[in-house]
Amino acid sequence: MFKAAVIKMIVLGLGETLYMTLLSTALAYLLGLPLGIILVVTEKDGIRPQRFLNRILNFIINVIRSVPFLILLVAVIPITRFIVGKIIGSSATVVPLVIAAAPFIARLVESSLKEVDKGVIEAAQSMGASPLQIITKVMLPEALPSLIVGAAIAVTTILSYSAMAGFVGGGGLGTIAINYGYYRYQNDVMFATVALLVIVVQVLQEIGTWIANLSDKRN
Amino acid sequence: MKNTKPIIRIVGLSKCFTSANGEVSALENINLEIREGEIFGIIGMSGAGKSTLVRCINFLELPTSGTVYFAGRDLAQLSRQELYKVRQSMGMIFQQFNLLMQRTALGNVCFPLEIAGVNKHEARQRAAELLDLVGLTDKADAYPAQLSGGQRQRVAIARALATNPEVLLCDEATSALDPATTRGVLSLLRDINKRLGITIVVITHEMSVIEEICQRVTIIDDGQIAETGTVEEIFSRPKSQAARRLVYPAEQQIEQIIGNRSIRIVFDGSSSFEPIIASMVLEFKHTVNILFADTKNIDGKAFGQMVIQLPETDKIADGMIAYLRGKGLTVEEVEGVV
Repeated sequence: MFKAAVIKMIVLGLGETLYMTLLSTALAYLLGLPLGIILVVTEKDGIRPQRFLNRILNFIINVIRSVPFLILLVAVIPITRFIVGKIIGSSATVVPLVIAAAPFIARLVESSLKEVDKGVIEAAQSMGASPLQIITKVMLPEALPSLIVGAAIAVTTILSYSAMAGFVGGGGLGTIAINYGYYRYQNDVMFATVALLVIVVQVLQEIGTWIANLSDKRN
Repeated sequence: MKNTKPIIRIVGLSKCFTSANGEVSALENINLEIREGEIFGIIGMSGAGKSTLVRCINFLELPTSGTVYFAGRDLAQLSRQELYKVRQSMGMIFQQFNLLMQRTALGNVCFPLEIAGVNKHEARQRAAELLDLVGLTDKADAYPAQLSGGQRQRVAIARALATNPEVLLCDEATSALDPATTRGVLSLLRDINKRLGITIVVITHEMSVIEEICQRVTIIDDGQIAETGTVEEIFSRPKSQAARRLVYPAEQQIEQIIGNRSIRIVFDGSSSFEPIIASMVLEFKHTVNILFADTKNIDGKAFGQMVIQLPETDKIADGMIAYLRGKGLTVEEVEGVV
């Protein structure tokens, strides 16, 4: 159906997409996970309330989250150039992806950690646990199934963002879909890439759900 | 009681919460001494402030004013690290058990040991011993979701005992359990108190829990202490309104059916379960009318009260009162609403 060159290009695009998505997710968690923890710990009835810090973080997260991804993509070009040295290609796309995804992940982590029973945290406090021990030994392990569900949401969202970056030469399946489908009216190539994206999302989501269920000891 | 040294001393404690509607006073001028090795009850209706009080004992809630001494140390003077250490010598169990749902029974008991810095191997060994103590050896690898309510509370008790605490705080620990399971958990607590000598503080809204295991009790009513005393005293001669409400919940109704000459007989544990009324009736050859009776058997002794209507003849009635007083019972005439 497709020429070997086209197939090779699609495979390469799939590789780039996975590279962008997984690397961005990992880096975004490096920022978003601690942020989410700090949000929960410092809130009014958290284990270490810090009203001022909490407000500032909430404000920054809301600001970044309200900027549409395409605008953000363009707006952070100077930062991207500074970090990666270029502004097109999959490595360059990782920068705006991480910036956009970290606050989103912070919110996902926040909501997962808030699900942890306050009574269990109180029990840990009654045993003389320090806030750090409560975070590492109570909040994170107790919220693990929910955190994994959140990670599946995060990775699929980042995947679709990475495809959006195709408009500005972000590389990966998104670029192929736009170049062939939008600029050259070669719909077959576009549909093939979209189908691949659908499959990748399905697979990632299934893996997430599977691990989450495996880690859930609550029933 | 061998030792009557107070392990917990609360002096002039008050607690206010600030809510949207302004300041709400939860506790007011609480003074209490809990002695080493006793089982001490704190009872009150829901909302009376007893849960806040127990949280002030381990500083999960900071008192607005007043002082809490644990083993002679003022908790407010401790550094954060010292407070964590003190909390390790006060175990606590809860109405909703509050187990870690992602850890096995054994893992839950290991948890406080990990916090205290005990190494993994030692922790597992100690945890296994404790599960044995609460009779759950075979459930070591079960997750809380696979356990019944009673089993969960036993795991929670084992967990609370892991760090060899001097005090065990029980916040409505049996309120989510059925009566049979409650008895099992209470007898486990009594056993722990006897065998390990741990002081136990029991918070409850159920008088039956107090009768079952406590030696002394304080009654909290609307954020204040209504009365403190031995369980025997409170049961036989409740002085405060709050105490009377708890001990004789049906009292309001009796007052209305009492006839001309009625007496209230108080059983305060000095008489055993001998049939006093029946003997009296046989002796005087006159019948009496039992209007109300609520007696309880505590350690083979009779506690509670009975209201009886005496024969109309004054001479016989007076004789009966004298007879009962002669048996060591407290008797008072009650004015009825005719």
